[in-house]
Amino acid sequence: MSRRTGARIVGAYEHPDRVITGKSVEQVHAEVALGALADAGLGLEDVDGYCCSGDAPGLGPISMAQYLGLSRLTFVDSLEIGGSSPVAQLGHAAAAIAAGKCRVVLITLAGLPRSGAFRPIWAAPEAPFETVYGPTTPAMYALAARRHMHEYGTTAEQLAEIKVAASLHAQHNPNAFLRRPVTVEEVLESPWVSEPLHRLDCCVVTDGGGAIVVAAPEVAKDLGRRSPVLLGHGEALKHGSDGRLDLTYTAAVRSGPTAFEEAGVTVADVDYASIYDSFTITVLITLEDLGFAERGKGGWFVADGGLLAPHGRLPVNTDGGGLCNNHPASRGGMTKIIEAVRQLRGEAHPAVQVPNCEIALVHGTGGSLGSRMASVTAILGVEE
Amino acid sequence: MVEPRTLPAPAPTLTPETEPFWTAAAEGRLLLKRCLACAAVIWYPRSHCPLCGSRETEWFTGSGHGTVYSFTVNHKGEGAYRGAPYVLAYVELVEGPRVLTNIVDVDPAAVTVGMAVQAVFAPTGEGTALVRFAPRREPGGHRTD
Ligand SMILES: [Zn+2]
Repeated sequence: MSRRTGARIVGAYEHPDRVITGKSVEQVHAEVALGALADAGLGLEDVDGYCCSGDAPGLGPISMAQYLGLSRLTFVDSLEIGGSSPVAQLGHAAAAIAAGKCRVVLITLAGLPRSGAFRPIWAAPEAPFETVYGPTTPAMYALAARRHMHEYGTTAEQLAEIKVAASLHAQHNPNAFLRRPVTVEEVLESPWVSEPLHRLDCCVVTDGGGAIVVAAPEVAKDLGRRSPVLLGHGEALKHGSDGRLDLTYTAAVRSGPTAFEEAGVTVADVDYASIYDSFTITVLITLEDLGFAERGKGGWFVADGGLLAPHGRLPVNTDGGGLCNNHPASRGGMTKIIEAVRQLRGEAHPAVQVPNCEIALVHGTGGSLGSRMASVTAILGVEE
Repeated sequence: MVEPRTLPAPAPTLTPETEPFWTAAAEGRLLLKRCLACAAVIWYPRSHCPLCGSRETEWFTGSGHGTVYSFTVNHKGEGAYRGAPYVLAYVELVEGPRVLTNIVDVDPAAVTVGMAVQAVFAPTGEGTALVRFAPRREPGGHRTD
């Protein structure tokens, strides 16, 4: 791969110390990162790919990108295969460069086993400035919802419409955790979790899981099964490493355009969308970020059955989504892919199958809309 | 008016990089980091500047004044925060950063986006203090809310 891409190692830096006191693990990561960039004659602003492994504190690249100040990432990798990780990541970086996903990949490794880490290795650098104030997952999303309401006049009723659409889809899914259709009033009358989010603005908590198999086209053609093809893919982080976090948008403002450009399609071409729905607000803001709705008009977009299959403005989460069907391991990405595959195969429930579904969008959200997060957009098409 | 609850004050985990922030808070000062190369005010505090990559940064004492950028009345606290609803918020400091915090000494129902607030310090009992915010008091002692 590296021969094909011509990917080179342009900078390298080994920390000069062998006993380090008075520094944190993340601080040593920063020192080697800045050292390697200086060696290359590059700066933080040049880096668009980042790899770290289990020695990096926090939520992998999401924490480290904020800490280091990497704000242009279009490729991240945090695999954990022990000491061989950076060698594997060298290959992943070369492949990503070959695929046109990024141009400059930074790989860091650092630890303090001799001096003793000053705290558990999994403790994120940002954690002391947040966890002491009682930030629960719903509360952090509520902060995003409140700000969106403040800036754009988005209403609790509009957020509730997203749950209503999910429930109307879920009634057709015999495996859905919540199958009973609900009304806007029921959502608004459900107990507060974190104002302005009610209990029914939240996804379900379910056990379970899912898996997919990705294969080369020559393998796929021998299998006799309709195999949706990945047309475009984009990933991005958002973390406000400048300390001025804007809660009214997500990293989808970057992952979306990357995926659309690679696929050569536009929002008008999308027949079905699986949109990550940890909370109702997650869907609304993501629809704006991806360009399905104008900024601030997400509330209008989701109202009046806008997300309903088969004839809404954009049929979304026809399995009932994380809001009603399934959110296994508290991670909704896999189920989002699976329902898009069903739609492209024409195997969704007949009541929610989108006619002639040829282009499907899958959007995943990781981390929190209220702090640091990752957005990944995939655009799938029916096989030729 | 709902009587605001007394919130827990768990001690933050200290690192050599951030310890000055927390010990200054115990003395009633909100310390911030500034980049000597590009003048950015850095949040959360760290040794290098995440905007320009410089390792030349310095501490300075912030005003402790800001406004509420967003907030939630959280009814489902976890751990030490389990119990009566409390306010989690981002406060935009006049120096620029938006910091996660609690709004205290006020009825949660009276908190609004844009409300003027000032830092108050909650001792952890371990030589550090949390930085929370309360409605700003005018020099005459009247609140602006
Ligand atoms: Zn700087």
